[in-house]
Amino acid sequence: MSSEFTKLFELIVSASLINNFVFTRFLGLCIFFGVSKKMETAVGMSITFTAVMMISAACSWVVYNLVMVPLEITFLEIIVFIGIIAGLVQLSDTIMRKVSPGLYYKLGIYLALISTNCIILAVPLINAGEKYSFIQSLAFGLGSGLGFALALIIMASIREKLELAEVPAPFKGLPMAFVVTGLIALAFTGFSGLITL
Amino acid sequence: MSSSSNTNLKELVLNGIVKENTIFKLALSLCPSIAVTNSLKNGIYMGLAVLFVQVMVNLTISLMRNIIHPKVRLPIFMLVISGWVTVTQLLMAAFVPDVYAKVGLYIALIVAFASILARAEMFASKNSFLPSMADGLGMGIGFLFALTTISFFRELLGKGSLTVPTGLATQHVFTFINTKPLLIMILPAGGFLAVGILMALFNWINARQAAKAASH
Repeated sequence: MSSEFTKLFELIVSASLINNFVFTRFLGLCIFFGVSKKMETAVGMSITFTAVMMISAACSWVVYNLVMVPLEITFLEIIVFIGIIAGLVQLSDTIMRKVSPGLYYKLGIYLALISTNCIILAVPLINAGEKYSFIQSLAFGLGSGLGFALALIIMASIREKLELAEVPAPFKGLPMAFVVTGLIALAFTGFSGLITL
Repeated sequence: MSSSSNTNLKELVLNGIVKENTIFKLALSLCPSIAVTNSLKNGIYMGLAVLFVQVMVNLTISLMRNIIHPKVRLPIFMLVISGWVTVTQLLMAAFVPDVYAKVGLYIALIVAFASILARAEMFASKNSFLPSMADGLGMGIGFLFALTTISFFRELLGKGSLTVPTGLATQHVFTFINTKPLLIMILPAGGFLAVGILMALFNWINARQAAKAASH
């Protein structure tokens, strides 16, 4: 039992720090550069992302292992996962609007962006590829979400300061954001080899 | 008449390569631009995959545009895109398994490319199939161009060599530098740095051209 728990913990740490989605797997970059200008939006986005990632990891695990594997239609995984995520986003959009309009007002726009985001789709695809168990899939979803949140918050706090800095004209805006991300990624390579799974 | 429509098609292709280059200008679909560009070969194959998907999606959507109900168009676009991505994925797994082993995940994630959905929604669903194909071709070539440029610099500086695919399964490795190369360029961090610097270069060239045009 305890070794099982250690493994889950290792999975979360590895997904969030060592194989950080943004800095070593390069996923979710559009959103990463799009919403990291302000701290407030970055925090809102991170919460929504982590929640959706875990729920979609759970749903797609059930569909993949209980329906697609027995029917031998695993090659349809992309189409099915996209469908699950789009449906899920629509569902949570509707539920949130009815149950908590305040939260919907704050996080609603991010929800719409999520359905076409690579980072959300990558979680079920990696889960299916690595043949994780149900609990492991959840842990992987949580770890990836936390890692994305960490990346967004670091980036947002740097970019808020960067607004005041004097940047050479051709580097203004995105190019500078890329260079900054490169430097953070360099720091994150220090985590590699922390845990060998 | 035919000559004017020809120049239009040419303009459509050029638009995607220069004016609206997906990566350098619109800053969309960035994920693979860094993830797969640590070798020239992977960059080229990824670019070709995107080119194929973009053209086929545009073609399919423009042929079907009259029978798709506008209310359900987005789910249908997604279905068309994921169908073509699955085709690409299976083709690559069969013909270039060594490349597929490295970039497979990113091939699957072409589904989530904002640029492909955007072209389907903004262009192919409103135009007939010839302009749609030209548009897809331009966008795809622009993407291929960007990936090739990035991976060219990264592999050259990071490994000191270039891997050029000469056929489906064959390749040729050119070695230029025999001393210790800049390892950072093939690390994740180098990808971000390379894209940032290339973007700045694009901006700089544009600014200079604009200044020249203004002084004339």
